[in-house]
Amino acid sequence: MNINFINSFEKTVELNFNKIAVTHNAENIAFNELKAKAQALGCLIINKAEGAFNKPVAVLLPKEINAVIADLGILYSANVFMNLDVKTPRERLINILDLIKPSLIITSNKYKDIIENIDIKIILIDEIDFNNININYKELKARLDKIIDTDPMCIINTSGSTGTPKGVVLNHRSFFDFMACSGEKFNFNGTEIIGSLSPIVFDIFDFELCMLMLYGSRLILLDAFLASFPVKLLEALNLNKVNFIFWVPSIMVNIANMKLLEQVKLEYLKLIWFAGEVFPTKQFLYWYDNLFNAKFANLYGPIEITLDCTLYEINSRPPENEPLPIGKPYKNTDVLILNENNKICGAGEEGELCVRGTSLAMGYYNNPEKTLAAFTQNPLNKSYPELIYRTGDIVYTREDGNIMFKGRKDSLIKHMGYRIELCEIEHVIENDLKLVKYCCAVYNYNKKEIVLYYENNNNIISDKDFRIALKSVFPNYMIPNLFIHMEKLPQNTNGKIDRLALKNLAGNI
Amino acid sequence: MEEILKILEEIRPEFDFKASSNFIEDGLLDSFDIVTLVNILEEKYQIKIDGLDIIPENFSSAESIFNLVNKNKN
Repeated sequence: MNINFINSFEKTVELNFNKIAVTHNAENIAFNELKAKAQALGCLIINKAEGAFNKPVAVLLPKEINAVIADLGILYSANVFMNLDVKTPRERLINILDLIKPSLIITSNKYKDIIENIDIKIILIDEIDFNNININYKELKARLDKIIDTDPMCIINTSGSTGTPKGVVLNHRSFFDFMACSGEKFNFNGTEIIGSLSPIVFDIFDFELCMLMLYGSRLILLDAFLASFPVKLLEALNLNKVNFIFWVPSIMVNIANMKLLEQVKLEYLKLIWFAGEVFPTKQFLYWYDNLFNAKFANLYGPIEITLDCTLYEINSRPPENEPLPIGKPYKNTDVLILNENNKICGAGEEGELCVRGTSLAMGYYNNPEKTLAAFTQNPLNKSYPELIYRTGDIVYTREDGNIMFKGRKDSLIKHMGYRIELCEIEHVIENDLKLVKYCCAVYNYNKKEIVLYYENNNNIISDKDFRIALKSVFPNYMIPNLFIHMEKLPQNTNGKIDRLALKNLAGNI
Repeated sequence: MEEILKILEEIRPEFDFKASSNFIEDGLLDSFDIVTLVNILEEKYQIKIDGLDIIPENFSSAESIFNLVNKNKN
């Protein structure tokens, strides 16, 4: 019975003792060494965090082998890992740490200054002498045996509406559920060599860790800077014989627009998953036509339902003028498309995609209000408690039964793979920084740009001043690409800012 | 060259590009910035930059970016 991913990892290590588990540039670590280091770190965590159990432990490291050791070490200590981005501005990091209150932070000498003067204990992973740690195997096992499968495995932060991200709590069971359904469908067996491009704060990275722990797949950690230089990225895939990638479409669209697959033939790639954003069909077809031996799948799902809840396998060349479907529900997951009266939508009728099943997150950490708003009683079930997650995504079912993504109920967008609440950008600019009187952020899907319209008693602020101010509070991906001053922002009949009018305006830039 | 430096300062006003000997190694430009920069260069100089030319060497200094633009102008 699968309860805890460390139990799975230990079985995997026995079968793959000397096999390389993770590669990062010229550095490698084998499964046995990864296990030994994770156990040692697990013991250090238990000592330093004074026995903390089932509690969040933060990781502030770049994407490197140490980050994998840290995540597994936290799991060995029977705690919950929360990966943080070393590029997040300090103020935002503090907001996260204040909300989640992790027992400690694992970082390295290079990054410790970011969290200087913060009252949380730290472990510097680059100072650990792994060979000289007494591992208390008995204690590790006793603690792990107490874990049940609904205990949290990790916390993932996602944009909130007020400047503090929400920490989504995901348990072991929901990951096992996703892995079992995926493994069955795609015959995962440990021969996968995964080209890991997602930042460690993405759920895709956690999926990759699960592939390593459960199936013995090998991870190739690809540096973020490779995403800037697609040729180098493709060469790295060939050099490492990568046969499976799970990427967000942004980078794949770039590669298609540059027509690079003809220049660098991907010899080993056999399975390509993508999720997180709409992949425009034209650019998708470029991939499809150039990699005719590979399988493609479009996955869809917000973090709150553990990775993804629908899947569309592309088995034949899709028509150029139609968007790709998000497909059909994953096995052991039910998708309800509800209209405004909370009734199931008929074929073709648009409604909100809601999810029911094991895959649901436990909620948002230390945030009961937001949790109650998003995880609600299934309106179709009046007989016993049963939660659904309301995604806020508007979809409809096509005649062939495939679900089509239509848009959002609110102002949430996906930009470069990141989920961003546009109202968070507005809130911070208007209320926290008080830069302008009123503003409205909209997204231009064609150009993939965030456009900020603002009204400010005719005081125009330069792009430079905007960027300098925003740099201190937002990560780079949340900073608008364009700033446009308006004497007065358009209003709708209710006297509210007319977001739709501005969205149309931005679409015509 | 001055124009290139001006564009870079618009994208990342917080950095001193003149003081850096290698923009990529010094971490002055990340993947978002490279995409933005390429778009701006293509629009401003009415050129098309080949994907094969989008490599770290061509973005390491104002001079290398300048040469990349000139190469595509001809």
